[in-house]
Amino acid sequence: MFEYAPAPESRDIVDIKPSYGLFVNGEFVDGGGPGLKTVNPATEEPLAEVATATSDDVDRAVQAARKAFGVWSALPGAERAKYLFRIARIIQERARELAVLESLDNGKPIRESRDVDLPLVAAHFFYYAGWADKLRYAGFGDNPRPLGVAGQVIPWNFPLLMLAWKIAPALACGNTVVLKPAETTPLTALAFAEICQQADLPPGVVNIVTGAGDTGAAVVAHPDVDKVAFTGSTEVGRVIARTVAGTNKKLTLELGGKAANIVFEDAPIDQAVEGIVNGIFFNQGHVCCAGSRLLVQESIQEELLDSLRRRMATLRVGDPLDKNTDIGAINSAEQLAKIRDLSAAGESEGAERWSPACELPQRGFWFPPTLFTGVAQSHRIAREEIFGPVLSVLTFRTPAEAVEKANNTPYGLSAGVWTEKGSRILWMADRLRAGVVWANTFNKFDPASPFGGYKESGYGREGGKIGLEAYLDV
Amino acid sequence: MASSNATLRAFLHGLPGVDRVGADQRAAMLGTRSIKTTAKAKAIDLAVSMVDLTTLEGADTPGKVRALCTKAMHPGAGAPRVAAVCVYPDLVHVAAEALKGSGVKVASVATAFPSGRSSLEVKVADTALAVAAGADEVDMVIDRGAFLAGDYLKVFEEIVAVKAACGAAHLKVILETGELATYDNVRRASWLAMLAGADFIKTSTGKVQPAATLPVTLVMLEAVRDYRDETGIQVGVKPAGGIRTTKDAIKMLVLVNETVGDDWLTPDWFRLGASTLLNDLLMQREKLTTGRYAGPDYFTLD
Repeated sequence: MFEYAPAPESRDIVDIKPSYGLFVNGEFVDGGGPGLKTVNPATEEPLAEVATATSDDVDRAVQAARKAFGVWSALPGAERAKYLFRIARIIQERARELAVLESLDNGKPIRESRDVDLPLVAAHFFYYAGWADKLRYAGFGDNPRPLGVAGQVIPWNFPLLMLAWKIAPALACGNTVVLKPAETTPLTALAFAEICQQADLPPGVVNIVTGAGDTGAAVVAHPDVDKVAFTGSTEVGRVIARTVAGTNKKLTLELGGKAANIVFEDAPIDQAVEGIVNGIFFNQGHVCCAGSRLLVQESIQEELLDSLRRRMATLRVGDPLDKNTDIGAINSAEQLAKIRDLSAAGESEGAERWSPACELPQRGFWFPPTLFTGVAQSHRIAREEIFGPVLSVLTFRTPAEAVEKANNTPYGLSAGVWTEKGSRILWMADRLRAGVVWANTFNKFDPASPFGGYKESGYGREGGKIGLEAYLDV
Repeated sequence: MASSNATLRAFLHGLPGVDRVGADQRAAMLGTRSIKTTAKAKAIDLAVSMVDLTTLEGADTPGKVRALCTKAMHPGAGAPRVAAVCVYPDLVHVAAEALKGSGVKVASVATAFPSGRSSLEVKVADTALAVAAGADEVDMVIDRGAFLAGDYLKVFEEIVAVKAACGAAHLKVILETGELATYDNVRRASWLAMLAGADFIKTSTGKVQPAATLPVTLVMLEAVRDYRDETGIQVGVKPAGGIRTTKDAIKMLVLVNETVGDDWLTPDWFRLGASTLLNDLLMQREKLTTGRYAGPDYFTLD
């Protein structure tokens, strides 16, 4: 009866060049490797060709960063802050353009890139700009020193936001960086390189090297890199830890997750349903801290699942650039295959699969919001990270059982607790082995709040005052 | 359930709580929906047809009410008529006369509107006066003092008594959510009104701020949805007060669409209590048809 007409955000605001080089020493230069195409996952149309950095290219980038380190680290903190504030303001000014670019390259809905990613990106730069001249008050001694050159490798799920998480604290502390964006989502990082030029950032302070896994490996393994920061899969994280072992490099890893979203019978049901939806369907479930396991108290299981199914039926899946889209495209064919594979495993292991009726576009990579009920801890879909819009529902009877099940995973990145009882929230938070515990909300981020994992979810913290530690010689 | 304050309290306090942050966030997210072109045209006409065109001033006169009734029946070129005209009880006969045969309903506030601070006898008499004068719909206020004091039974019994006095007239129960303060109270008051026989639940009198906010309307929509699931009885919702622009109205329709769906998207089940809103809807309607904004003097002030 009330159908929303298409409301597409204009893509004219972004000017995508046919090809991009590497950003080394303040300039765009050709890469030595074969070019790689980045595509729009919603249509499979190629967006641009991006250079691949060879180990020689990486070496040049690290050398540039090393050279710039002397100048950059010697600047008074207040001067470094000026650059970071400038970058933050340019990001705000160009927010609409960057949001469209992010949605085109990544497949995430424009509503999310516009209302979540970009505001947080700017906020991160503002936040760490504020720390740059106050490092001696951060609790790491009277004169905390930077580490040197940071090699940073980031994933495709929040391309620009993960860049901000990595670059902002590194620069604030006086380090210089060589950053490798994910091979399927390099475009906003390259736009950020332009922003560095626009902000007159001294050459070599930020270097962006594009490419696939080999490029990332070269960054991590480079002998003149003092610090490695990685966000991505646990599998790659292990390889990196092995590479870095025995060297003087400092390492932080932010890896996978299989978070439990725990709903008690006294929860605010309507908001819990929103939180469950936001927890797993936000960003197509491409979120390391996604609430992919719903632990619901058995006494309200039916009622809650009815509400959840009703809510899921209103999710709008489709064109990421439509302002009314809730769920966009899966980022790559490879990821789609992985989601399909694990979902098939869920069915074959006996869990019950449900998706609302929804029409998926013909071209591009798509997966409907999916619910698995009757899931047991032993199912693959309850153990392995799916990294897609797939929710596994398990039940519990008592708070102790909820904690036991929530913690019974190799991961430990985040958890959610839904109850109107404040004391229970605290009781649960004390016992949940997860870096972030959200109470009566989920997937809330703030630059002042640290983020990181237990166990196979990695180590080190990003964000907040504690996030400075990863980039200081302490 | 309504046998005593204790049983009512046990029931109402057993309803799931409302988390304020989450409810605000959901309403704000729905507020970002972008309604354009054909969808906007449809939404505007739908919104016009849901307006309870209201005048509730001490200075209201028969002339003023007649002018408003004319506007209600003929809002402007091609626009549908509004749902109802809402006036004080002593002017109901004027509105009833003016609107006769037009299909536009006559609504009257009653029960010592807006504060509700009078005896039950006065409230019932007030209602009876409005109904006798030709009101099709009665907008009563609940006793917020009694509600906040925990005397749910008193609130319940008053609604039952007013409902009886309404006879065939539809009863809208105004919760005055701005005075109830918490969303938990809004949900409880909604259920209390529905259990007592409300045909509609309405946010506000328009005399207290905040009035019809998006999250409050969201909580009330969730209540009517859950009530129908439980009892099979459908109850309407009327946000009133503070809805001034087409944007505000469309946000309300989006809220209805994505919370309770099609079944409520008609003037029979959803109303917008407003006075200045109508002209903004007409202006936006004109803009959509002609591509240009007309000046305010091209729309009548009534």
